[in-house]
Amino acid sequence: MTEQTLPKPTSTAAPCETCPVHNAAHLLKLGVDMGDADFVVALAGNPNTGKSTVFNALTGLRQHTGNWPGKTVTRAEGGFEYGNSRYKIVDLPGTYSLLATSLDEEIARDFILFGQPDVSVVVVDATRLERNLNLVLQVMEITNRVVVCLNLMDEVRRHKLTVDDRRLARDLGVPVVPTAARYGDGMDLLLQAIHDVASGATMGKPYRVRYESPALKHAVEQLVTQIEALYPNLPNARWVALRLLDGDEKIAEALQKGELGDLSHGDLAQRAAQMQVIGNQ
Amino acid sequence: MTTQTTTPEDILQTAQALRWEVGSDFHEHLMESMYTEAARIADRAITRPEKKPRFDLDRTIDRLVTSRAFGFPLMLALLTLVFWLTIAGANVPSRWLSWLLLDTLQPILKGFGVTIGLPWWINGLLFDGMYLATAWVISVMLPPMAIFFPLFTLLEDYGYLPRVAFNLDNMFQKVGAHGKQALSMTMGFGCNAAGVVATRVIDSPRERLIAIITNNFALCNGRWPTQILIATLFIGGLVPAHLAGLLSAMSVVAIAVLGVLFSFLVSWGLSRTVLRGEVSTFSLELPPYRPPRIWQTIYTSVIDRTLIVLWRAIIFALPAGAIIWLSANITFGGISIAEYLINFLNPAGLLLGLNGVILVAYIVAIPANEIVIPTVLMLTVLVTGASGVGAGAGVMFELQSNAEMTALFQAGGWTLLTAVNLMLFSLLHNPCSTTIYTIYKETRSLKWTLISTLLPVFMGLAVTFFVAQVWRLIAGVL
Repeated sequence: MTEQTLPKPTSTAAPCETCPVHNAAHLLKLGVDMGDADFVVALAGNPNTGKSTVFNALTGLRQHTGNWPGKTVTRAEGGFEYGNSRYKIVDLPGTYSLLATSLDEEIARDFILFGQPDVSVVVVDATRLERNLNLVLQVMEITNRVVVCLNLMDEVRRHKLTVDDRRLARDLGVPVVPTAARYGDGMDLLLQAIHDVASGATMGKPYRVRYESPALKHAVEQLVTQIEALYPNLPNARWVALRLLDGDEKIAEALQKGELGDLSHGDLAQRAAQMQVIGNQ
Repeated sequence: MTTQTTTPEDILQTAQALRWEVGSDFHEHLMESMYTEAARIADRAITRPEKKPRFDLDRTIDRLVTSRAFGFPLMLALLTLVFWLTIAGANVPSRWLSWLLLDTLQPILKGFGVTIGLPWWINGLLFDGMYLATAWVISVMLPPMAIFFPLFTLLEDYGYLPRVAFNLDNMFQKVGAHGKQALSMTMGFGCNAAGVVATRVIDSPRERLIAIITNNFALCNGRWPTQILIATLFIGGLVPAHLAGLLSAMSVVAIAVLGVLFSFLVSWGLSRTVLRGEVSTFSLELPPYRPPRIWQTIYTSVIDRTLIVLWRAIIFALPAGAIIWLSANITFGGISIAEYLINFLNPAGLLLGLNGVILVAYIVAIPANEIVIPTVLMLTVLVTGASGVGAGAGVMFELQSNAEMTALFQAGGWTLLTAVNLMLFSLLHNPCSTTIYTIYKETRSLKWTLISTLLPVFMGLAVTFFVAQVWRLIAGVL
């Protein structure tokens, strides 16, 4: 009989704190205070897809956003706290690709590659999905830890389109969160997705484009074997192999200096130092 | 153990060897298949409405604002409207602010200084020099900025600025510059330092340098108040009161357009001489029109742009106010330093259709263009010895009405020519110290920083000289 007592009020606290709704309500916008970050989040995307709006919504900063491709030419950084973890978020310049043919593309690529963020959020203009997915596919070549933020869903509705975010998530193999950042819609789900990927609760299996002539396939396999022998934990051996075959000096140099290897099991302090180096360039 | 250790050098050697096998075009094939995949995945996810909407508002607007016939007139009309709203709307709050800060607070502060027994010169330096300069800057600059910036930001957020860039792109290409220079120039209309940073969107170093050097020709926020005030006093005064606002706005637009023309001219000159090279092509995406969130935009543009620019002006106005006060109150043989300087520069100033006062004001105002007008006013009182206005030598002040200000200027020997040339010189002179520093940071070159700084000054001197001579020639004939 006595075992049947009502649960004490305090015992409800534990499940409550793990509930996403509770977390979203406790998003702490830290602004530029991002000391002792547990996780680093990179914010990538094509120009004019609302990256800065997402950035502002998460950090509480008011970086000016404009309806203007190329608005963000430098990297902006901010912080937030969510689900008891502190996040540092870096707003990268908007780019159409990661081929590093111009300064802004290079900044974005180097950060995703060498900064090794715990999560790379790719902000995507849902009304221009085809062109935006090019960048998503390229980011997914470099890292597994991707969350796609399917932004501007308000515009999708205005243009009377429908975008099937679940099918997209299945096809891409990474979490896809529909948002309308300007109105704050979907930010709670985005935070949850970031948190899940950062903490390892969700592990993406990104779809990777496989175009290979027999000669290329052979070459890539041979290189990947060698690279993985040297750096067993590298998440993007294939991408590195392709860059080396393409004669990318910067990647070759990084390989020689062991920068790629260090990062596959590097700690945060090291990573922060790395980012400083990149930032100073 | 037969485990073979791999070194980075091994990998690079393998890569080197394998590159011969795979050929050099595999990368294009990879990109191609990536694009195909992107298209396939996107296509699976998107459902388009069955029926195409008959009328696409965005496209219709685009056709209008970027059309050959209406593009430019619409652009000018829109700019004129923005300036007219700024000029007409800023008047009343400006008067309130100057009443509060200058007429009410300043005597209280000065009286307080006397009460606590400050020596007269500290009291003067603090409240007649530093406080008044700052208060002047706030009351003159805050209202126009608080109107201009939100309006400009609304245009930007709605997506109009990229259309401006689209309209101008062709012309920039023709003068050998990068089309994206239209974007950095438009940013320069807000602040040249921001415009210089914005040139980072231009990949080619050659075209980027052209964009940096010519950014100063975009009339920046610190110079709008000068333009607006002089236009209101002298140009608006030429016509009946009900037309004055419109004509003033149009003359400011004319100066802004002239700046754009100079931008073309200098770009053309540079790309034909020291910065010769190919014009790179690029694709400019016209973003969709997005209804801006009006209140949020107004809030952020007031906080981010207005207050930041104002803060900068205040920081520079404080020491400048002190310097002006000192230069007007330290005398040698009964003549103040300011008067020496003015007399020294007066002949040159007159040759340029300006005067010594204006030249001294521009030297004092190198840190911040915003304080040109207050300095001019103060120095004019000093040299004309006008009595009954202001509060004595070296004191910046606000006159009660535009008519009084006009009267003072006329006593100082100002004519319509002086006003026009002041507007021209305000457009064509060295960038402010913040912009100069930004240019240095972006180019990392002393040479290009010097060129960017000195080129506009020489052009300003040449243009005002030319205008003055032609003006006098015509006036002489009439």
